[in-house]
Amino acid sequence: MSDRGPSLCTVTSPASTDRVPPQLSAAPRPAPGPAADEGLARRLRALACTAPIHDLDARKANLAGEYSVYGMAEIALAAIDLVTLNMDFDTGADHDQIVARLMPRIAAQAPRRPVAEHERVARWVLENLINVGSVDRGFRAAYGTFAPDGTYVRRDYDFKLIEEVPGHGGVVYLRTTDEAVNVLVGALDTDVTSAQIAAEVKLEVLVRRGRLADAQLAAEQARYRTVQYSETLRRALEATRRNVRAVDWLNAVPDMIAEALDHVADRYRHENAILTNIRKARDEIEDAENKRRAAELVDIVKDCIRRHTQLQSRLLEAGPLFRAEQDRQAFATPMTSSGIDLYGHLVTPVLPLPLEQAVRVTDAFFARGTGLRTPVAVRVGDLVDLLLTPPVEREHLGAEMPEPDLIATPDDSRFSEEQLAMAKELLDLPADAPRRLSGLLEEARAKDGEELAYLVALLAVHAASPAVGTAYRQGEEKLLFAVDDGRELDDPGFGGADLIVGTALLDAAGMAADRTEAA
Amino acid sequence: MTEHVEWSDTEAPAPAVHAAVTPADAADAARLVSFGLLPKLQPARDQEYAELLRRYREDPAFARLADAVAAGLGLIVLEVSPRAGMAVTAAEDSVFAVRMGDYARRTSADGGDRFLHGLAHLSVAAMAFPRPEDLADDGYIGRVSVNGVDAFVRQACRRLEERAEEQGENTDPASDAPGLEAAWRIWARRSATGATKDARRLAGSTTGIVGKAVAFLTDSGFLQRTGDDGGGTYRTTARYQLQVRDMAGGAAMAELLELGVVPVTDGSPTLLPAEETDDLDLVADAGLPFHS
Repeated sequence: MSDRGPSLCTVTSPASTDRVPPQLSAAPRPAPGPAADEGLARRLRALACTAPIHDLDARKANLAGEYSVYGMAEIALAAIDLVTLNMDFDTGADHDQIVARLMPRIAAQAPRRPVAEHERVARWVLENLINVGSVDRGFRAAYGTFAPDGTYVRRDYDFKLIEEVPGHGGVVYLRTTDEAVNVLVGALDTDVTSAQIAAEVKLEVLVRRGRLADAQLAAEQARYRTVQYSETLRRALEATRRNVRAVDWLNAVPDMIAEALDHVADRYRHENAILTNIRKARDEIEDAENKRRAAELVDIVKDCIRRHTQLQSRLLEAGPLFRAEQDRQAFATPMTSSGIDLYGHLVTPVLPLPLEQAVRVTDAFFARGTGLRTPVAVRVGDLVDLLLTPPVEREHLGAEMPEPDLIATPDDSRFSEEQLAMAKELLDLPADAPRRLSGLLEEARAKDGEELAYLVALLAVHAASPAVGTAYRQGEEKLLFAVDDGRELDDPGFGGADLIVGTALLDAAGMAADRTEAA
Repeated sequence: MTEHVEWSDTEAPAPAVHAAVTPADAADAARLVSFGLLPKLQPARDQEYAELLRRYREDPAFARLADAVAAGLGLIVLEVSPRAGMAVTAAEDSVFAVRMGDYARRTSADGGDRFLHGLAHLSVAAMAFPRPEDLADDGYIGRVSVNGVDAFVRQACRRLEERAEEQGENTDPASDAPGLEAAWRIWARRSATGATKDARRLAGSTTGIVGKAVAFLTDSGFLQRTGDDGGGTYRTTARYQLQVRDMAGGAAMAELLELGVVPVTDGSPTLLPAEETDDLDLVADAGLPFHS
């Protein structure tokens, strides 16, 4: 599949068609001031974010092969959807998993095409959303604005839709950027908090009026908002964890955590209320289609609640973590603090500088901060030898593995498999007919002698305290139990209580149902 | 430093035993300097090295001789001690100096890449010695991870982005003047990582750039690899602390002052613990989302 490489979508401002540059004419400025321009710039940026998606459909004609059947924009939006829903606190979405989940939709678009082609399309779309060909792995759009002094400035807007982030063990995960989430939700450039509240209020109203089709859309939007919101918070927590000095311990952090917890609690109450309402709606609705929609809604809101709970646990962990860091950093024996604060004196001032100036500082640090390298001295004689030596053939498979010498371990178990099977058979009692241990022992002796009786006695004693919880969890249908009713065991080989041994039936189906409900 | 040697010969003939420098002494001094050129070699692991270090500390004439050898080779002696060994570093224009062009390709053509590599080194140091006390405390051992450094720079960039947004500033650079783009944007827009065909780190990504920096510093004997978490974790050596404290930090500060960026207060800016002011500065926009 041929790929045209990085795509630079170009968005130009309509303002560029202005008659005369304002500073050249004495007439009043024809362009609106920077304040009005800002809104325009924001909309232009929002527009730019959609460009890569349109671009996919425009560029599919350039691919080697017949790809016009595929709706690339649709696949792209579905991909962004999948990544957004799969990204969690710590990790993002797995590349291959996204491709796999995209396949059914692509296959539905062109069922007669081979599966390999479907996968190629999925990968092409995903790679183009990451924009693999460019060094930044992002997009750039140009637009124009008026500077405060009235001059017209052409600017570059850099953005990403799906970004690759490092996960545990060097794995690369995918995350959708805020820009992408905004494009997807359709509410461009809005405040996270207020949009979430708005979406939820809307949902509640819709559910009450029974307009479920709209409600589902709103619920999905609420979930995207929740994800976006968690992402914002995760970043803030990460930052505070890294550098205690960077945050105000006395007021700002505790306030922030308290506010965030309030917020989560608020959302939790709210979403639980919605959940109750929708559940009611789900049970009351007669129409099958609406019932299904309501059920889907319940799932979505449950997912929202799960994400909020996750957020809350993170918030609760933050306090102890801060205190530990505080102990480590602030209460240590005070050192004579002299010298350079690398972060405060160098990193912080350098970052806002224009590139031209910043590079002078980093160059100076690099030149003296990297240490020394002993220069390599090459002798012509060595070089000739080196160049003329034929490359060493590498053994493809490596050295031969020695055959492992296996020694059979002696079977030292006290009872044989047959004995166990016989004992089990003996103890396989009907649920309504428990038996005395003494009777069982006699039968065992008659069958296979003292050894079997010993095994039966052991199993019966073991059953005196049956692992009901484990059996319950594993979904067992019955359980052996033994009870002591005070009668003495009269037996030549064993002493103690003459236990009553029986089988208890467990309600496996009911337990399974309980488990799913609990989860 | 060569002057010192002459002085010692003429003016200080007191220790009669060492008055005359024999070729064997010169060889020993040069040998000590050559040990210093092997930055990963630990004095505790090599008896001859330890012996020469002891001699340097106990025999002033020998010390001056070794200093002279180092100076003649274009080396600056940072410290000579059992913990750091013969800590020498390359003077500017020395054959031992590391040049950006040799360090990474594309850096001469692309100012952005050049900056990213430099900032990676600065950030590794800032992460390894987060407080001025850490840099001053000889016993301090810093710990860094590749992903940690990247995340920490990104956080700083994000803060600047938020501040710019608060002030309603448009930080998108003008298309015809890429050199005027704010430095933090270069890092922020470069992707943190990327999938490659052979499962190696994408060299052009920021974690790739930081990974290159820490690997290079490890070869310089400045870091020691301790694990694979977070893209690779490292701890600092005494040499790195010396290098950053005595060489790199000061040089970068001087450059910054020349740009007129740091206001010079009381004539001793580097000695001031600027923490308090920093704190206030950062708290105001520490990226906490729930204040509005």
